Amino acid sequence: MAQHTRKGAQFQALTANRLSDGIVVYLAADDRWSESLQDSDVAEGKEAADALLARATPSVDRNEVVEPYLFEVSREDGGIRAVSVRETIRQAGPTVRRDLGKQAELAGVHD
Amino acid sequence: MYRYDEFDQQLVNERVAQFRGQVGRRLSGELTEDEFKPLRLMNGVYLQLHAYMLRIAVPYGTLSSKQLRMLAHVGRKYDRGYGHFTTRQNLQFNWPALKDMPDLLAELASVEMHAIQTSGNCIRNVTSDQYAGAAKNEIEDPRIVSEIIRQWSTFHPEFSFLPRKFKIAVSGTPDDRAAIRVHDIGIQIVQNGKGEIGYEIYVGGGLGRTPMIGKKIAGFVPKEDLLAYLEAVMRVYNMYGRRDNIYKARIKILVHEIGVEEMTRQVEAEFAELRKAGALHLPQEEVARIEAYFRPPSHENLPDDSAELNKAVLADRGFANWVKSNVAQHKVPGYAIVNISLKPIGGVPGDCTSDQMDAVADIAEKYSFDELRVTHEQNLTLAHVRKKDLHAVYELLKAHDLATPNIGLITDQIACPGLDYCALANARSIPLAQQISERFADIERQHEIGELKINTSGCINACGHHHVGHIGILGVDKKGVEYYQVTLGGAADEKTAIGDIVGRAFTEDEVVDAIETIVTTYIGVRQNGERFIDTYRRVGIDPFKESLYETH
Repeated sequence: MAQHTRKGAQFQALTANRLSDGIVVYLAADDRWSESLQDSDVAEGKEAADALLARATPSVDRNEVVEPYLFEVSREDGGIRAVSVRETIRQAGPTVRRDLGKQAELAGVHD
Repeated sequence: MYRYDEFDQQLVNERVAQFRGQVGRRLSGELTEDEFKPLRLMNGVYLQLHAYMLRIAVPYGTLSSKQLRMLAHVGRKYDRGYGHFTTRQNLQFNWPALKDMPDLLAELASVEMHAIQTSGNCIRNVTSDQYAGAAKNEIEDPRIVSEIIRQWSTFHPEFSFLPRKFKIAVSGTPDDRAAIRVHDIGIQIVQNGKGEIGYEIYVGGGLGRTPMIGKKIAGFVPKEDLLAYLEAVMRVYNMYGRRDNIYKARIKILVHEIGVEEMTRQVEAEFAELRKAGALHLPQEEVARIEAYFRPPSHENLPDDSAELNKAVLADRGFANWVKSNVAQHKVPGYAIVNISLKPIGGVPGDCTSDQMDAVADIAEKYSFDELRVTHEQNLTLAHVRKKDLHAVYELLKAHDLATPNIGLITDQIACPGLDYCALANARSIPLAQQISERFADIERQHEIGELKINTSGCINACGHHHVGHIGILGVDKKGVEYYQVTLGGAADEKTAIGDIVGRAFTEDEVVDAIETIVTTYIGVRQNGERFIDTYRRVGIDPFKESLYETH
């Protein structure tokens, strides 16, 4: 499983791509996969992160998602933000063609 | 252009049916992701940053209007209304769903298109000159050889599991528009003293983390021996290419490690063996059959000078600028080659909407014998337009934001998808290209600067050909922040060169100013008629280093 996070990250969330259409999803507290980062469960510390990652296994086995991995997030103003540019783009769509897709719906994330 | 025969069509149809079964078994869970991944990659399906990406092959960059209309349709029905033309003359869609992929591919197959061998460690889509069949000094139409190689390499069992991917490019003119010296094999069509046509072979070129310029290993391979000779190269590579280290697996590393003399010796020995066995002599009747598909279209007998064109140039300054930069000479009097820029000011290099594709298909049908080309610089080309029709074509293109008059100028940039789309990227490419485009938008200034190629890649894999840009920009990640390393003096033509790193990398905020400084420095030291690359070759890197770093 790919790792796109920094060692020692305090907060991490779990992402994957949905098998049937490839869309980016995040694991929520109720073990459902959501298209919104704001729904994602956030693990604090290494042990909790490992446990979060382990919760992806049943969905992978059920062929719902592929390539799950942890990434670093921060909590800001009551919301969850991806820390790296890569994960921010993954969450909110490309920083170009702002007229389409998530980058249009989530206006403000890239600004 | 080439039309499928019954074998081609059957092969593609069978592949669609096979992949339909594989997708079905993956979705039902019969196949695991590990089992399925190599199968989807064999059909051009990648999993990228946001979703699946489908890479569709456009053999040697040639498309019919009908095929382009199908791509437009696919963009609307299965994606978000646009596609992205790549530096390998292919087209990528960014959001097709896996579950739709079999239907999508079946629709493509109905117009003789597919995504086979657009990924994986096999011989990829053969690329060529967008001016094929129209260039003034062409020795032979390079699409003939390209098509022969396409047929030979498709599903070739011996070359389906190479140490790494393998790219072949062909040029039919001494001016190289296909970047043949940065391909695994570059083929230059040549003519010997007896007037016979043959092939000069370059091996071991490539970009990526270890950029190398291809080395010439044969000066004249006779026509009938071409496939045997290529097979000899492939066998040497298959035998000795490294499989233990992905970063050292390309043929360029083998050629570099054993040296060009040894590589030549090995290939010649293998070639001699193949000849002894008598295999792979290209049958003349088969060559003739393929040649027939690339016979010149029925050009009219026209005077070379067009009064309509001359009048329109005088009357319309925008048109005059477009003719100056986007129109090239054609070998037939009264005709011209039209380059369609996919680099509108502030736009995404290589992106084309479905509506634009339909528009270009209509224009190609009416004005350019129903076909068009994709260029490795991410533009489109109409190869056979009557000079007297140029203004009408310009007006139609303009109505679809396709008449940006910037071919070969500073805003005609190559950029890979970068971190906005690509799972491998470290930094974004497109926004940088957009900012540079906006900074240099003034067309008069662009013409004043002259020919200047800026190529940007979002990672060391170099899909944006940054090593061979006159100015190259490479995005790097430093602790989660994007930085950009600048190289100068690269070129991808017949004088191919790898650019020199100018110094420490720039932040996103600094890099456009750095490009401006480079351009200003060039203008300051250039002599009459020099292009940027000429000046760079004359003065070297020092003046640029000084202006970029000494004042900081």
